[in-house]
Amino acid sequence: MSQNTKNYYLPEPSFWPLISSITLFLMAGGFTMMINKIAMGKPIMIAGFISFAYLLYGWFGEVIGESVNKLYNKQVDMSFRWGMGWFIFSEVMFFFGFFGALFYARNISIEWIADAKLLWPDYVATWPTAGPAAKEALEVIPAWGLPAINTLILLLSGGTLTWAHWGMMKNNRKQIIIGLLMTIALGVLFLFLQAHEYAEAAFTIKSGIYGATFYMLTGFHGLHVTMGTLMLVIILLRILKGHFDSHDHFGFEAVAWYWHFVDVVWLFLFIFVYWL
Amino acid sequence: MSTTTAAHHDDHAHGHPTGLMRWVKSTNHKDIGTMYLWFSFTMFMFAGALAMGIRAELFQPGLQFVQPEVFNQLTTLHGLIMIFGAIMPAFVGFANWQIPLMIGAPDMAFPRLNNQSFWLLIPAAILLVASFFVPGGAAAGGWTMYPPLSVQGGMSVDMTIFAIHILGISSIVGSINIITTILNMRAPGMTLMKMPMFVWTWLITAYLLIAAMPVLAGAVTMLITDRHFGTHFFNAAGGGDPVLFQHVFWFFGHPEVYIMILPAFGILSTIIPTFARKPLFGYASMVYATAAIAVLSFVVWAHHMFTTGMPVAGQLFFMYSTMLISVPTGVKVFNWLATMWRGSMTFETPMLFSIAVVFLFTIGGFSGLVCAILPVDIQLQDTYYVVAHFHYVLFSGAAMSIMGGVYYWLPKWTGHMYDETLGKWHFWTTTIAFNVTFFPMHFTGLAGMPRRIPDYSQQFAEFNMISSLGAFALGISQLLFLYVVIKCIKGGKKATNQVWEGAHGLEWTVASPAPFHTFETPPQVK
Repeated sequence: MSQNTKNYYLPEPSFWPLISSITLFLMAGGFTMMINKIAMGKPIMIAGFISFAYLLYGWFGEVIGESVNKLYNKQVDMSFRWGMGWFIFSEVMFFFGFFGALFYARNISIEWIADAKLLWPDYVATWPTAGPAAKEALEVIPAWGLPAINTLILLLSGGTLTWAHWGMMKNNRKQIIIGLLMTIALGVLFLFLQAHEYAEAAFTIKSGIYGATFYMLTGFHGLHVTMGTLMLVIILLRILKGHFDSHDHFGFEAVAWYWHFVDVVWLFLFIFVYWL
Repeated sequence: MSTTTAAHHDDHAHGHPTGLMRWVKSTNHKDIGTMYLWFSFTMFMFAGALAMGIRAELFQPGLQFVQPEVFNQLTTLHGLIMIFGAIMPAFVGFANWQIPLMIGAPDMAFPRLNNQSFWLLIPAAILLVASFFVPGGAAAGGWTMYPPLSVQGGMSVDMTIFAIHILGISSIVGSINIITTILNMRAPGMTLMKMPMFVWTWLITAYLLIAAMPVLAGAVTMLITDRHFGTHFFNAAGGGDPVLFQHVFWFFGHPEVYIMILPAFGILSTIIPTFARKPLFGYASMVYATAAIAVLSFVVWAHHMFTTGMPVAGQLFFMYSTMLISVPTGVKVFNWLATMWRGSMTFETPMLFSIAVVFLFTIGGFSGLVCAILPVDIQLQDTYYVVAHFHYVLFSGAAMSIMGGVYYWLPKWTGHMYDETLGKWHFWTTTIAFNVTFFPMHFTGLAGMPRRIPDYSQQFAEFNMISSLGAFALGISQLLFLYVVIKCIKGGKKATNQVWEGAHGLEWTVASPAPFHTFETPPQVK
């Protein structure tokens, strides 16, 4: 347990990788069984989620402990920066696939279905559409209602988070905590409003290609906002515990990057799913 | 060196776990690399056994051994397990062992995540293998899993989808680790343009993985929602399109094949200069060519879809961009040849494999170029010509590079020289059997035999029999490989630090076998 921060910290052998392997196996196996109507599936999946929570608590807890014990030098800090950056890039690519599906469907395939006139000669390609076999017209959510409010909420939350960061850099504890609390509150409000919107919507995920792309994109986005909000709460708890100082707060920065990424994805969603 | 070992014993209050826990809890890049390599070899033999089943059935016309549904499971799982279970983990195993040694780093940037990337392979493998035993059998719609067929498949398709998700996490996390290690942990003095080519190819491969694997995750997620949650991504009645899956899949799929070959190129660029006793010709152009291949790999995907009814303008674009990729690839081939030109050559087993790869991969590249030509591909799509093409690039490209790399680095890993005579036997039987198996497939395909069929017309019978005989010989040859590896681990002539007279690089400055911890203090590179 040397304080030799000249050398790159190499962690002790750890159980967490194996736990993650078991966790993912339970989640994947359980979910597969559940959607194939096998009774054992649900309890196995729930066991998987519980062990996932245990995994995150344990592994991140171990890393936080190492950080608080000053085992990490500048080079390790650099590794974390690269790591978080590329992780966020992989998430961008994940959304990129779904946006690609949206653009392809809108601009190419529904036009071809209409042009082909083989099975559905009366179909006219419009957007949004639930497809040629849809029974009734699709009633969309107007962009300049709730979605626009949600856009303002997320943009504002990006501002409050930046304000909290300035507090961090000036060692102004009150500013950090209030800024974070406001950001978290805005995140929760966003999720609440999205849930409300989902409940009120006149279409479901089964409503053709529009419903599919809408709920896939906004759904995964909502999942990421949820994860981001949880991460902000964890950072707040760490601050209350006295972690971080004005020079050394990468955990805060990493979560802030993630939150801004979630915000940018929303802007794309607002423009391409709700508005245009 | 001795001062660092003394410091090592002070720094580590923990002992090294022994027994099973050493492997389960490992945070050591060498141990994790070893696990990857053994996992890969096991999966290679399993998927190879599936291929033996395929070739047994195709030995003669008629259905002798398996029903068509089972045959389709064999072909599907052969593809999935070879790609995701054999080739990719093997290269990650090499990356783990060699990258820290080559750049003078003490370990990977994230040693625990490194172990996680390995251990995630186990549930994925279990899901894939177990899928044979669920009602309906394993996924049988081809490794590409196109809807609508995959939307109709049984539970095994869901297991396959989750296996792919888990494999994706393993690869993405592993790639983040590799990029961070290479960019952040090089020894002082090792600029990017001084890195060994193997490190460069892995750096670029890791970028491809981070960009492409999430898109595959998206594709199979859309597949699972179409299967179970009533979405209409791939259903025209709802405004969707089955071809959408093909676009999203191949946007991943094409970078994927470069993911499977760029590390092989890195291995060639390591072995050939060693045994030619000459530096790699045109290092800078090799770097740029690799980067060019990677960038171009993102704009060629629809050459897998020429027969789906795309507008001609789209087809032409993809034809030209695909043909363009052969230029940087050609640069690399010429550079390897130029490295050998007027070199002081010896032909140990790694060099034999490498030269064979250059020659045979080029044949695979040529058949790829043939397929790229749109009007030709209209005829060759889904025939055995394509099967010949990708086996030439994947087996005599990727897999044989892996074999060459294993022979090259076994002395460093184990401390013993492998049995050179047996190694050469393995090389020759593999190379000859490989060509007997796959060269006729060019003709079979040109003659019109479709892919993925368990029975065929009489006129294809002779070629199929030849291919099957070659395949059986190829399979048996790999048992010889296993024997050579185990024999080397158990003992053999003691290897020096340098091992190979012409080898250069930081990994040849440490002992053989490489100590558990190396470069705890980074060396200064001139």
